[in-house]
Amino acid sequence: MAETRRVYLDHAATTPVHPEVVKIMDYYMLEAFGNPSSIHSLGREARKGVEEAREQVAALMGATANEIVFTAGGTEADNLAIQGVAYGRRDVGNHIITSAIEHHAILHTCQHLEKEGYKVTYLPVDKHGMVDPDDVKKALTPQTILVTIMAANNEVGTIQPSAVIGRVVKEHGQAYYHMDAVQTYGNWPVNVNDLHVDLLTVSSHKIYGPKGVGALYLRKGVKLVPIVFGGSHERKRRAGTENVPGIVGFGKAAEIARETLDQRIAHNTALRDRLISGLLSPIDYAHLNGHPTQRLPNNVNISIEFVEGESMLLNLDMKGIAASSGSACTSGSLEPSHVLLAMGLPHELAHGSLRMTVGTDNNMEDMEHVIATLPDIVRRLRQMSPLYADKIKGHAAAPLTPAGEEHPHDV
Amino acid sequence: MYNEKVMEHFYNPKNVGELKDPDGIGRVGNPTCGDIMQIAIKVKGDRIADVKFQTFGCGAAIATSSMVTEMVKGKTLDEAQEISNRAVADALGGLPPNKMHCSNLAADALHEAIKDYRAKYGGTDRNAATQAQVQAAGETAASTAAASDKPMSGEGKDKH
Ligand SMILES: Cc1ncc(COP(=O)(O)O)c(C=O)c1O
Ligand code: FES
Repeated sequence: MAETRRVYLDHAATTPVHPEVVKIMDYYMLEAFGNPSSIHSLGREARKGVEEAREQVAALMGATANEIVFTAGGTEADNLAIQGVAYGRRDVGNHIITSAIEHHAILHTCQHLEKEGYKVTYLPVDKHGMVDPDDVKKALTPQTILVTIMAANNEVGTIQPSAVIGRVVKEHGQAYYHMDAVQTYGNWPVNVNDLHVDLLTVSSHKIYGPKGVGALYLRKGVKLVPIVFGGSHERKRRAGTENVPGIVGFGKAAEIARETLDQRIAHNTALRDRLISGLLSPIDYAHLNGHPTQRLPNNVNISIEFVEGESMLLNLDMKGIAASSGSACTSGSLEPSHVLLAMGLPHELAHGSLRMTVGTDNNMEDMEHVIATLPDIVRRLRQMSPLYADKIKGHAAAPLTPAGEEHPHDV
Repeated sequence: MYNEKVMEHFYNPKNVGELKDPDGIGRVGNPTCGDIMQIAIKVKGDRIADVKFQTFGCGAAIATSSMVTEMVKGKTLDEAQEISNRAVADALGGLPPNKMHCSNLAADALHEAIKDYRAKYGGTDRNAATQAQVQAAGETAASTAAASDKPMSGEGKDKH
């Protein structure tokens, strides 16, 4: 029996680690395993590795090495940026501006600060998932200390008008501008000066590096208090013995990304566009979510009516295809994706959403495999779907009797 | 996340589709995540002679739909009425905790279908319904009542 082809299309969730990254991490675990704070030669070698990685991570965003603080991932970098600025500038103001489509690392941190008395404005997005820089301008007040708006969205791939927003924030003069660039960094050009950012979050495992490592770019002069206390690591911004293998691996991954960014963009764009056209033409009642052109090269997000996301994912998985969905049924909270809802998608469309994010390890045959596989899955699931039956019979959906008891779903 | 039995019912669901001229239809929506399930039954005597489902929902919703249809085939309406959400989940060897609410759909849709049937054909009481049909069936009443899993001769007369 032929082996099922494995097609990984969830690169926005995480990526496989590049073999060269694995190799260098191995060395820093088995040989140069010292503590970078130690005086001896093993310690000094580890320190050298960390500082080289700092250069590499900085170079991929046009920053200088001493503006980089390593963290244990994108989530921690987002937390450090928002809490660090909020607590550090309490005397300046208490207002934060963000958007409705941020990652939960941002949204839940903001919600936490609201409980502590900070005011947060969650800006809406248009139907393509785009923030309007004019809305940022209108939301700025003399109390505003931070504007945090992502570079590109992780679910629908919409690239924000970040540089324009950056100029708006600079005109205000007081607020810092933070950007979650986790999905953009290594996939699309990011330059801290062109974007006018003061703080910027990146993560290693989205760019073929190891998990549990990230970094926060801190423009020189930006005031921020730490959220993790201890030793004087990372210039007193983030205490704790450095994750040397992780950091070195991240540095290597950033270096590879910088050297190959143009090819990566061309490769991903070609696969993305083939996948979009190859799926939208044979599947009726399917729609592209996100922006038609201002879109990350690796992101495909479609909604397929009358089918539910999880059942599509399980069927795809059986055919060796790994993807993700914004369906309520796939989320731990049983709420549909907040991003799709913020874009104004009705629940039914959020329910049938399918995200496929391509990467360097995919090729065109992978796309053809998906294009040959998904329409059959959709057909099968639609045969099971009462909504599709209604549709083909041409009558409106029958009224629903709500199901009996409502059970707490988190027990 | 799902056990093998759930996956088996999900990939190869039993009794999918619509019934021609169903005797009862139940359609319920899941208030938690917005999924929809429809169960249609065909009744002979007081037994469920045939059952089909259509479901728009997750793996657990589809698997529980399939399971519940298998469980009720040939059962009397009263027996079917007794099938609880829990029983469906148990028959599948359990569901992940955050998917237990999906099993509500299956049993609820079934109960709605039975209610729909009873509303249409002779009150909510089984005996009343059966008697009405038995009377309609005339002289074969006694033998049919004794072997109620056999098709009734009068079946279909008073319906539709
Ligand atoms: C936009 C965005 N921000 C933050 C994160 C969190 O990064 P990490 O997984 O490194 O904590 C992710 C990853 O899921 C992301 O997509
Ligand atoms: S039907 Fe939505 S979670 Fe099961």
